[in-house]
Amino acid sequence: MNSELKQLYQEVILDHNKNPRNYGLLEGYNLLGVGKNPLCGDQYNIYIKFKDNKIIDIKFEGSGCAISKASASLMTTLVMNKTKEEAVKLFEDFQKIITSDINEEYELEKFGKLSVLVGVREFPARVKCAGLAWHTLYSAFENEVASKNENNINFENINSNISKIINVNSSEIIKNIASTE
Amino acid sequence: MQKESQINNIINKNILDINKIRNDFPILNTKIGNYDLVYLDNASTTQKPNIVIDSIIDYYKNYNSNIHRGVHSLSQKATDAVELSRKKVKEFINAHSVKEIIFTKGATDSLNLVANIISESYLKEGDEIILTNMEHHANIVPWQLLSNKYNFQIKIIPIDDNGDLTYDEIENLITEKTKLISFVHISNTLGTINDVNFVLNLAKKYNLITVLDASQSIQHTQIDVTELDVDFLVFSAHKVYAPTGVGVLYGKEKLLNKLPPYQGGGDMILSVSFEQTILNELPFKYEAGTINIEGIIGLGYAIDYLNSLGLDKINYYETNLTKYCENKLKEIDEVTIIGNSVNKVSSNSFIVQNIHPHDIGSMLDNYGVAVRTGHHCTEPIMKRFGIPATTRASICFYNTTEEIDVFVEKLKEIIIFFK
Repeated sequence: MNSELKQLYQEVILDHNKNPRNYGLLEGYNLLGVGKNPLCGDQYNIYIKFKDNKIIDIKFEGSGCAISKASASLMTTLVMNKTKEEAVKLFEDFQKIITSDINEEYELEKFGKLSVLVGVREFPARVKCAGLAWHTLYSAFENEVASKNENNINFENINSNISKIINVNSSEIIKNIASTE
Repeated sequence: MQKESQINNIINKNILDINKIRNDFPILNTKIGNYDLVYLDNASTTQKPNIVIDSIIDYYKNYNSNIHRGVHSLSQKATDAVELSRKKVKEFINAHSVKEIIFTKGATDSLNLVANIISESYLKEGDEIILTNMEHHANIVPWQLLSNKYNFQIKIIPIDDNGDLTYDEIENLITEKTKLISFVHISNTLGTINDVNFVLNLAKKYNLITVLDASQSIQHTQIDVTELDVDFLVFSAHKVYAPTGVGVLYGKEKLLNKLPPYQGGGDMILSVSFEQTILNELPFKYEAGTINIEGIIGLGYAIDYLNSLGLDKINYYETNLTKYCENKLKEIDEVTIIGNSVNKVSSNSFIVQNIHPHDIGSMLDNYGVAVRTGHHCTEPIMKRFGIPATTRASICFYNTTEEIDVFVEKLKEIIIFFK
């Protein structure tokens, strides 16, 4: 296996893929992001309990490739208990990581755990996978859904109730990355 | 297994000289990193033999010119080359006349063309058409767009768990409102070879217009439109060892003569004035603008190449190689094949327990193996089998058992990596 692929599928990524953190339905969420990559079938819901401008709890559900799932899992651990502004800053950091030329260890260290995703740079086709959860998080801030008390929400129902679905295509990613410059 | 050794014997009997054939396709010598290319994505597009590549270079070097109305020699030569290709296509599918061979931009364009001209002139509000659950989006979306416009209904023939059409349910779908059936010959995702004769005979019993999508069959089996007695047939050149940007719509002459034009412009007219414009005769009535001349020339040479090998031999080899690949995949516990029809050719789609197709495809690419991952423009099939995507390996006559062995070996390594 070549070194770029090894870096992409390094231990941390595989771990987050096999044992995703914060996975499942979050009861009493008040923000919801629904993300879908129609090109490959990656699909995730991001549930957030948002109070006093803080993400006091976050979970995700869905299916997708190892990169998308690991990125989603990693994301939930990083934005937990952060403010909206801090979460957005992390999103911008993430975009920097996957598009930049940063190679120095000390530079990457600044990004903390996000730096494990640096391998995605070598695989442009997978940038969408890594970015899906993050774009979905961003969209969740634009949806405020009243908390639901029913326990029988299934995946199908959620998709059909949400009118705003993020379709991640490459032009969107490029547009978003360009705007952080 | 006795059946397996039978298959291996057939593959080894050299009904085709595979080494010689592989030398005809220069790209097969490419390396991906340190690995030899193992190209198993033929259902997406096929590689081109030297004779096709050279024909395009020859055209642009020696006789590039616009066709049909030029007086000078170059134009005449280009026109002859295009019309020769048209004749080759006509003979390849055994149509009655070159007037029935329309060059388009591809199968998708052909399907949009036929769907539009029929909907506009023949389908009324409340009419019904029949598609199947295994259609490519190109044979779904144009009809959906038109059904909104002309208010006709679309009915779907279901697929069974093996990936075959549910043949006994087809007749139940037909009512006096049913006017047309459009269906795929061979599924690009499942590999299923549909019983075309069964469906066409049923359709004819009820006077339905018939449209056959031959995108994945034109290159694998001999097609005879006269024997099939099908009304329309479509395919893309780039899937039959010819360039991109060209497709064919075959239509019965008497039908096409009655149907309205599709796109307007030069070449599809006999005369134009602001008072009255007279349409051109077939096939030009449906070929507005300058067509993809070099692509059409390439298609003619691709047909020559296939004829030189013999499509019956190609079919025999490919059917057995498909089975070889399927059997090897079945040996892996974690692999489930999607599409288990008894009659399959080229495509083997599969899912792997706990590993997403994307990850499999990326890793296989790392080893030089090219497969396709995703829904293959057949989302209804994905929904039918309750999966988001598959990995698909699709073979053709320049693939070998050795290549399948490499693919399967690397797949096994990838599965272990993710454990």
